[in-house]
Amino acid sequence: MGLLSKKDAKLITDPLADNNPITIQVLGICSALAITAELKASIVMALSVMAVLAIGNVVISLMRNIIPSKIRIIVQLVVVAALVIIVDQVLKAFAYELSKTLSVFVGLIITNCIIMGRFEAFALGNKPWRSFLDGIGNAAGYGLILIIVGFFRELLGSGTLLGFKVLGDPIEKTGLYAIGYENNGFMLLSPMALIVVGIIIWVQRSRNQALIED
Amino acid sequence: MSLKNKLHNFKVKNKDKKWLPAFSALHTFLFLPNETTHGGTHIKVADDLKRTMNTVIMAMIPCLIFGMFNAGYQHHLALGEIQAVTSGFFSPEFWTLSNFMVGFWKILPLVIVSYGVGLGIEFIFAIIKGHEVEEGYLVTGMLVPLIVPVDIPLWMLAVAVIFGVVIGKEVFGGTGMNILNPALTIRAFLFFAYPTWMSGDKVWIHGAVERDQLIASGQNLDAISGETILGGLAQGKEIAYSLWDMFLGFIPGSVGETSTLLIILGGLFLIFTKIGSWRIMLSSVIGAIVMGLIFNQVTASGWITESSKFYGLMSAPFWEHLVIGGFAFGTVFMATDPVTASQTNKGKWIYGFLIGFVSIMIRVFNPAYPEGVMLAILLMNVFAPTIDHYVVQGNVKKRMKRLKAKVA
Repeated sequence: MGLLSKKDAKLITDPLADNNPITIQVLGICSALAITAELKASIVMALSVMAVLAIGNVVISLMRNIIPSKIRIIVQLVVVAALVIIVDQVLKAFAYELSKTLSVFVGLIITNCIIMGRFEAFALGNKPWRSFLDGIGNAAGYGLILIIVGFFRELLGSGTLLGFKVLGDPIEKTGLYAIGYENNGFMLLSPMALIVVGIIIWVQRSRNQALIED
Repeated sequence: MSLKNKLHNFKVKNKDKKWLPAFSALHTFLFLPNETTHGGTHIKVADDLKRTMNTVIMAMIPCLIFGMFNAGYQHHLALGEIQAVTSGFFSPEFWTLSNFMVGFWKILPLVIVSYGVGLGIEFIFAIIKGHEVEEGYLVTGMLVPLIVPVDIPLWMLAVAVIFGVVIGKEVFGGTGMNILNPALTIRAFLFFAYPTWMSGDKVWIHGAVERDQLIASGQNLDAISGETILGGLAQGKEIAYSLWDMFLGFIPGSVGETSTLLIILGGLFLIFTKIGSWRIMLSSVIGAIVMGLIFNQVTASGWITESSKFYGLMSAPFWEHLVIGGFAFGTVFMATDPVTASQTNKGKWIYGFLIGFVSIMIRVFNPAYPEGVMLAILLMNVFAPTIDHYVVQGNVKKRMKRLKAKVA
């Protein structure tokens, strides 16, 4: 990579796999369970978190030397809250239907453990550019899992992808439904998202035994 | 050379092959293996896991056969081809060949799919992990066809079995390590994934769904409907079956759970062979009676009136709760699963009592899903280790006190 040094590139690639915020650090689970019933919602959520985390990381990193450590959590909250409100308003303005689907969960990005976690663990001790990359990387790792989960939940639960009826029409009985296939209602319930995340964790750790902790 | 020795030599010759676990699983089914343990003294008992499992299956066979007759009987009765039973358990209207054949051809595929898919997964996991095939699926495979509606599509059953065995058992390390009862995991999956096939008034009698499709396509026929008694009570309807019908099992329901009489016989067989825990069965019945009595008192004293949607099930006499729905079957065959139940004797009393107590509570307060025993057992499966922990700690404390008293 010409643009990024090897060390910087690792900031982006690590959270995608071996240090994934959801499957390895087990952060940000709540939203991964709540909004992944549709692929579109997963993608928008991933992008929203990416915007908040990347910008927030840069802001915190710029202020890292002037934030008194006793009140740093409050400062972090103010930064993330401001960003989340901006994202929420943008969604309401340009994608109103979608913002209704995501409902409170956009607002709840504030409490997403990944964001505060990265502020604390990375942005407070690193320069803005590296913090920016770290934010992009972690949000991408989070988004990747969201999209995988959203893909399977929407495909198996509703028989659609991004709203397109890829498996046929369940009411007019075309495509797969003509031979007796039915949507799996369990996939639309949050517990199934937990199981899908669990399966991803299982697959990942059995492919890379080094990730298994005792 | 005898067949037994030939098979043993075959095993020795191929001991490095990957598929050997699959072979030895079938081998030990028929013969006691020739291997002996090395070092140390061992006492060998005849009732290994496989024999234990086979005993449970034997206890369930009457329920299965009754279920086949009942599936055909309910089908023919709903079509108006035969009369309802009149003369008790041995009514000639019930035990006819035509009843049996209808049920046999509906239920045999369920059994085959359940065993075929489940054992297939067990073999695959055994070969990947390189250990012996575990026998845990033998009982599950027989339980599953008994606790589903007779008309469930086979592919749904196969998907559920894959889910139940992999997520319910193999991820935890296989037989003996699972937290939840695999058969109930399979049923819970089916219920939440395909609720239209697991509840309502169309699925319990073979033919009702097909009849609906014929009507939809324009044929002039009467619709068949057959609710379970629980489903009817939950909607506050009058129940057309006598208590005696419910006890003997001439009612619609999942394949093998209708006949309380045969379940009690199976339960006695399990207690007699010391495989099922009588503590769990008894305490679970006590729990259900206590909860039933509480609800009966509530309605008797007029706190809940007939306008309430809970009235139907709440006012059902407490003994009726014991014979309707899957309560008896769950208590005898599923709550007693030695892997997922409490291990300590005191723990078993608590565990069983709470199963009975909670299952009647779920029945009454969740009219959308009146069959509470499945959820109650799954819930208590999760708490069983906690119960054991406190029982053991309590015992430790008691002994510590005794020790201190002695020293002082």
